[in-house]
Amino acid sequence: MMVLDMIILALSWLFILGGSVFVVIGAFGTLRFPDFWSRLHAASITDSAGVILLIIGMCLQGGATLITVKLLFIGVFLFLTGPTATHAIANAALVTGLRPLEAKGLTGAEPEPISPDQDQPKEVGE
Amino acid sequence: MFVVAALALFLAMVLVLVRLYAGPTLYDRVLAVNSFGTHTVLFIGVLGFLTGRPDFLDIALLYAMINFVGTIAILKYFRYRAIGDISQIPGDQGAGQ
Repeated sequence: MMVLDMIILALSWLFILGGSVFVVIGAFGTLRFPDFWSRLHAASITDSAGVILLIIGMCLQGGATLITVKLLFIGVFLFLTGPTATHAIANAALVTGLRPLEAKGLTGAEPEPISPDQDQPKEVGE
Repeated sequence: MFVVAALALFLAMVLVLVRLYAGPTLYDRVLAVNSFGTHTVLFIGVLGFLTGRPDFLDIALLYAMINFVGTIAILKYFRYRAIGDISQIPGDQGAGQ
């Protein structure tokens, strides 16, 4: 039993440290990325990887108690609402006309014109 | 170990707050507020373990729910300029920034 407890403790440490790293990565990307859409991607890292790893690590620390049940409720709720809120923000930004910076090029240069071949629909079947 | 997680979450919250202050568009700010709420939920949970009082998890669950509803309400308000019934609003003005 001692060995099993030590394994569970080490795993929970691993999960909590990994979650902390992902949370900091997501926040740093949210601060430093150049336009809104890439910042959206960086914020999603916190919503997915950071939340899941931290909740699992805290569940392992909590053991088979009511704490774990509450943590799982929080985890499932954040797992459902995080991507939903991100999608809602992206949809609102797209509808109101915000476009990715990529259209003008991240360096400010004009993009290459799209070749007319790509506009033609491909024929179905041979 | 929870001290490390709490410090990491605190650092992440500070970084997101800087983005919230400096965000050039409205949606950057909404995104930062939503991300800050997620960080707060995790921070409350970690703080409960840190102080040996895991009863804080109820507050964290409530905060998660309020955060989600608040984000959706803010987005709906800036889209339709009203939070209530959309059918009462004359025309779609395409709000935001």
